[in-house]
Amino acid sequence: MKTIVLIKQVPDTETKVKVNPGETDINREGINLVLNPYDEFAAEEAIKIKEAKGGEVVVCTLGEKKAEEAIRTALAMGADRAIRLDGEAFAGSDNYATAKALAKAIEKEGDYDLILCGKQAVDDDSAQVGTLVAEMLGIPSASLVINCEVGDGSVTITREIEGGNQELEIAMPCLLTAQKGLNEPRYPSLPGIMKAKRKKLDVLSAGDLGLGADEAGAAGSKTAIKELSMPPERKAGQVFEGEPEEIVPKVAQLLREEAKVI
Amino acid sequence: MSFPLTEEQHMVQLMVREFARKEIEPVAARNDVESRFPTAIIDKMGGLGLMGMMVPAEYGGGGTTAVSYVLALQEIAYACAATAVTMSVNNLVCGPLLEYGTEEQKEKYLIPLASGETLGSFAITEPEAGSDAASVSTRAVLKGNKYIINGSKVFITNGGHAGTFIVIARLGDKPRHRGMSAFIVERGTPGFEIGPEEKKMGVRASSTVSLVFDDCAVPAENMLGGEGEGFKIAMTALDSGRIGISSQAIGIARAAFDEAIKYGSMRKQFGRALVRNQAIQWMIADAARDIEAAHLLALSAAMAKDRGESFTRQASISKLFSSEAAVRICYDALQIHGGYGYTKDFKVERLYRDARVTTIYEGTSEVQRIVIANNALK
Repeated sequence: MKTIVLIKQVPDTETKVKVNPGETDINREGINLVLNPYDEFAAEEAIKIKEAKGGEVVVCTLGEKKAEEAIRTALAMGADRAIRLDGEAFAGSDNYATAKALAKAIEKEGDYDLILCGKQAVDDDSAQVGTLVAEMLGIPSASLVINCEVGDGSVTITREIEGGNQELEIAMPCLLTAQKGLNEPRYPSLPGIMKAKRKKLDVLSAGDLGLGADEAGAAGSKTAIKELSMPPERKAGQVFEGEPEEIVPKVAQLLREEAKVI
Repeated sequence: MSFPLTEEQHMVQLMVREFARKEIEPVAARNDVESRFPTAIIDKMGGLGLMGMMVPAEYGGGGTTAVSYVLALQEIAYACAATAVTMSVNNLVCGPLLEYGTEEQKEKYLIPLASGETLGSFAITEPEAGSDAASVSTRAVLKGNKYIINGSKVFITNGGHAGTFIVIARLGDKPRHRGMSAFIVERGTPGFEIGPEEKKMGVRASSTVSLVFDDCAVPAENMLGGEGEGFKIAMTALDSGRIGISSQAIGIARAAFDEAIKYGSMRKQFGRALVRNQAIQWMIADAARDIEAAHLLALSAAMAKDRGESFTRQASISKLFSSEAAVRICYDALQIHGGYGYTKDFKVERLYRDARVTTIYEGTSEVQRIVIANNALK
C-alpha cells in the first residue's frame, strides 16, 4: 500500500499577517512557517494506514528549500520519504499550475493506492489543489473527509456535507482531502525528528517532470494575483447603557437603519 | 531569537512549543492552584523523548543534544514552570546513569526513566547539608551483599511520584566529599519512607518531599559508579541540572515578558497605553536584554556540554544570570500589571512565585558565585 501525501508549508496560524501596499505576497519577514494543519491530518492518516496495513508513505510538496522543514515534520511523524518540486520554472504557480506539477510528480512516482492532502491550505484558503490533482490524474476524489477505512481495493469514507455526513465507498487509487476531526495528529517524537534527517528527500525540477516552459509556474497558470489587501478594520462597538425598555428600541432601530441587518 | 539553530533544533523547539501550548498551558493555572502533579502530561512527554532528551534512543531517550534540551525546557517552562522542573530533574537523573551505570543498571533503571515510564529523583540535600553538599551525613554500611542506608533527605524534587532515586550517602571513613557514594534506591524498598508534599510558594504542581532511610537495605549491585564517586556524580549531575534550571528560568522570564507587553499594551492610563510611557519601556528593554543574554549563556553552556568539554563554570554563570534575571523580569512584569498582577486572575502572579525558586534550587545564587569565583581564582 503506497500513500502519497501532498503538503504545503504555510505561515503559523498565530501569525499576524501584514501586506505591503502594491505587493502580491504577504510580508514574510519574521513569520514562523509550519506544516499546513489540514495536511497534518492527511499525514497522520497516511501513517496510521501504514502502521495498520504496511507499505510506505511518500510526502510531496512544491516549495522552496525552506519548505523542507515542513517535509521533515511529516517525516518525523513517520512518513518514509519525500519529494520536493523546486526551481525557477515553478515561480508564480497558481492552483492549476501547482496541481499540474504535483500530478506529474505523482505519475512519475507511480504505483500509488491513495493520495491524501488537507482540505485546504490555511494561507490562501483556495481548497482547489487536491481536487484538481485528482482530475488531472483521472482518479476519483472526495473532499472534507472525517473518517476513512481502507478495505480491499477501495476505501469507505465519511465526509462532511451541509447539515450532515455522507458515507461513500471509493475505488482505489483515489484522492481524499482531510477535514478536521479525521484524527488527532501525533507530535513528532525526538527520535522521530532525529531519524527524519536521514530519510530520503528527492528534489525534482520542472524538466525532471517533463513539463514544458509554458506548463509550469506563471506561464502555466490560469490565474494571477493582481492585488492583496487587508480586510477593513472593524469599527469599535457601541455600548448602550440604561434600562432595557429604553435602549432596546434604540438598538433595534440602529440595527435596522444603520447596520441593515434586521 | 536570532541565534542560528540547526533544522533539527528548530524542529524540536517548534514541536515542544506546540505541545506546551496545546497540552500544558490550558491546565497550568489549575494545576498550580490545586498543587496537582501533571501525571498524564509527563507520560506524554516521556513518549516524545522529552524525559531523557540526551539519552540515546536505544536506551529509550530522545537521542538529542543539550542545545535542544535548552530549547525544549524553555518552551515547557513558558507554559508551566512546575512541569519544567519535573522534566529537568528526570533528565538530570538520566545523566549519571548513562555515564556511570553498568549495562544491567541501564537496562533496569535508565530505559524506564528515559522513556518516561518511571519518574526519577536525585537525593543529596539533607536538613544539615544544603549548600554545603559535602557535609552529607546519611550513611551506608555494607552488610553481606547489601548496603544498609540510614539518614534523611529534604526538598527532594519528584520524590512523591518517583520510582527510582539516586541517593548520595556516606560510605567508609573518608571525610567530606571523598567519603560519598551514590546508590540507586527503588520506591517501596523496606525502610525507605517518603514524607508528605511540601507546601510551596511556587512550582506547586511539582513534587517536593523529604525521605527517611531507616535500615533500608539496597542490593550491593545498586551502587552507581565506584566507592567514593558520589560527590563527583552529584556535581556532574548538578552541572547539567543547572543548564536545566537556567532554561526553566528563561522560559518563565519569556512568559512574564509577553504577559507584561500584552497587558501594558491593552491597559490605558492618562489617555494612552502603559507601554507608551518611558518608565515602562525601560523595564521592557531591560527584560529583552536580559532574556537575550540569558538565552545565549544557556546555549553556550549547552554547546560546551555537547562538545564534551567541562562546562561547570558556564553552567553556573548561566544559572546565576538566568535565575536572577527571571526574578527581576517577573518583578517588573507584575509591577506593570499593577494591582491586577497581585491577584490570581493574572498569569504573572504565578510566574512571580515560580521564578523565585530558580535562584535557590540546583545551587543557590551564592553557591554559583562560589563556583564562578573559585574558577576565576584558581
